[in-house]
Amino acid sequence: MAKTIPADSVGIVKPQSIHFDEPLQLRSGRVIDKYDLMVETYGTLNADKSNAILVCHALSGDHHAAGYHDPENEKEKPGWWDCAIGPGKAFDTEKFFVVSLNNLGGCAGSTGPSSINPDTGKPFGPDFPIITVRDWVKSQAHLADHLGIDKWAAVIGGSLGGMQVMRWAISYPDRLRHALVIAAAPKLSAQNIAFNEVARQSITSDPDFHDGRYYDYGTYPKRGLMLARMVGHINYLSDQAMRDKFGKDAIEGNFGRDLRTGQLNFSYEVDFQVESYLKYKGESFSSKFDANTYLLITKTLDYFDPAVDYDGDLSRAFADSQCKFLVISFSHDWRFPPERSRDIVNTLLKAKKPVSYLEIEAAQGHDAFLLPIERYIKALKAYMSVVAREIGAEADDDAAVDTAAYIGANTVMDEDYE
Amino acid sequence: MNSMRADLEIIKQWIEPGSRVLDLGCGDGAFLAHLKTEKDIFDTGLEIDPGNIELCLKAGVNVIEQDMDKGLSNFISGSFDTVLLAQTLQTVQRPDILVEEMLRIGNRCIITFPNFAYWRHRFSLLTQGYMPYSKALPYEWFDTPNIHHCTIRDFDMLCKKRNIRILHRTVVDFNHRSSFLMKLHPNLFGINAIYHFTR
Repeated sequence: MAKTIPADSVGIVKPQSIHFDEPLQLRSGRVIDKYDLMVETYGTLNADKSNAILVCHALSGDHHAAGYHDPENEKEKPGWWDCAIGPGKAFDTEKFFVVSLNNLGGCAGSTGPSSINPDTGKPFGPDFPIITVRDWVKSQAHLADHLGIDKWAAVIGGSLGGMQVMRWAISYPDRLRHALVIAAAPKLSAQNIAFNEVARQSITSDPDFHDGRYYDYGTYPKRGLMLARMVGHINYLSDQAMRDKFGKDAIEGNFGRDLRTGQLNFSYEVDFQVESYLKYKGESFSSKFDANTYLLITKTLDYFDPAVDYDGDLSRAFADSQCKFLVISFSHDWRFPPERSRDIVNTLLKAKKPVSYLEIEAAQGHDAFLLPIERYIKALKAYMSVVAREIGAEADDDAAVDTAAYIGANTVMDEDYE
Repeated sequence: MNSMRADLEIIKQWIEPGSRVLDLGCGDGAFLAHLKTEKDIFDTGLEIDPGNIELCLKAGVNVIEQDMDKGLSNFISGSFDTVLLAQTLQTVQRPDILVEEMLRIGNRCIITFPNFAYWRHRFSLLTQGYMPYSKALPYEWFDTPNIHHCTIRDFDMLCKKRNIRILHRTVVDFNHRSSFLMKLHPNLFGINAIYHFTR
């Protein structure tokens, strides 16, 4: 018997692979001759193709942003941004045609390091070129061409996704109406890069890494990838989020130090819940994500800095942008804290661009951008209602918001898509 | 919009079509939305109340969540044609610094505030000895957000000291209308003051 699917879900979705034969000139100077992009779409493209919105994913996300793949599996989790995409949701699939893709270099079906290199007949591995945000956006523009979309009603993304949104506004100023930049930064800080380098060292120092050619050995750097993800996770949660998550039944001042078995082991085994949680998260991630893609995308993050072409003045990069901007940050995000989003806002103000900015109170840390936090989702919905109006899609006036669907500010969900 | 406050109706005539307007404490964004429709302005509002911010988004108004008491240094000099501060001057930490910042950011500025020297306020203080409590000042002394009350003469003095050039000064009653008495004795009969100034 088929499983029950919530009424506000996009339902069962089917990803499709789209092939591109046109060579892609990369920022590094290298060229990808042909490539595939794995894509999902939700909703219906209208006749004048004006209602399309592009969703850009972050480090470990992919094309599966909403809905379900398996009509039978009751345990299947929906796509990574299901709380925001669907009929009646913030990105309302009854009004918008939502496009989500796995970026080039990814490991969820698009061409990447684990794909077969036609020149060698073996996986690319370390031979896969370094891809920058600019290259991604260029490939996304080819995808837009393929779909016949001249201008996105909005381009949307959180974290690294937000960086792609900024790049869209810079590289293709006339191809988007609205840019929604969430929990992002104009570029990485030294601390951000440092975390990425720890992640990379964890992977490359794993004996099973084999200089990135682990596919040839029938293995993968499980331990290294697990460590990389563990350090990432610490960075994506806030101190407060960890306290809330791992100290639920405890007295005040417990700081989230709940023990796993109720007593200390006096050994180097796992004592605290936070330890087993990180191990579990790291292990489950390492079994489903490609290590070379992880390495690649951390580099993509490190290299992002659109100001480099403009003598360090990011406001000049935005000089030609024609879209409106919505920038959102989260109070307890210490990966890309509100100050970094304010840097973006101030840059846009300097460039005299229309910009709105919200700082959402949320204990969850960087991961908050993936979660159904009431004020956040309502703000997205409010903003998108104007976008819908602009493109002539019917906007419901009293956008009724079901508050019961939101989680409390102290809840931490086990999402894993940063 | 019919329900628009009459002081905003007065302010509107000083806004050039197509100009850039920064509204400090823009509330639900209705005034900026109105100016956008009527005068095709480039709008930006500052607001700190989440409910109001959501309303601004719904109205399609550019709104920035920012506390003006923490400074406006992120706005570059001369980046707006008009900077507006309606009924908020008396609530900020340092009105003098804010006025300077408004002059730095905008070519022209508009400020409205409740005139503390309105005769009813004076009368209340003189005869009863209580801090004035009225329709224009609807707070008790202990819970009022108004921490820097001033009068029309006070503001005139500030402008004089700081070399601020007053372009227009209008004094209105609670219905935002002006009368003969108000023109004769603005500081005594005016409830709300509206200043349009530059340097």
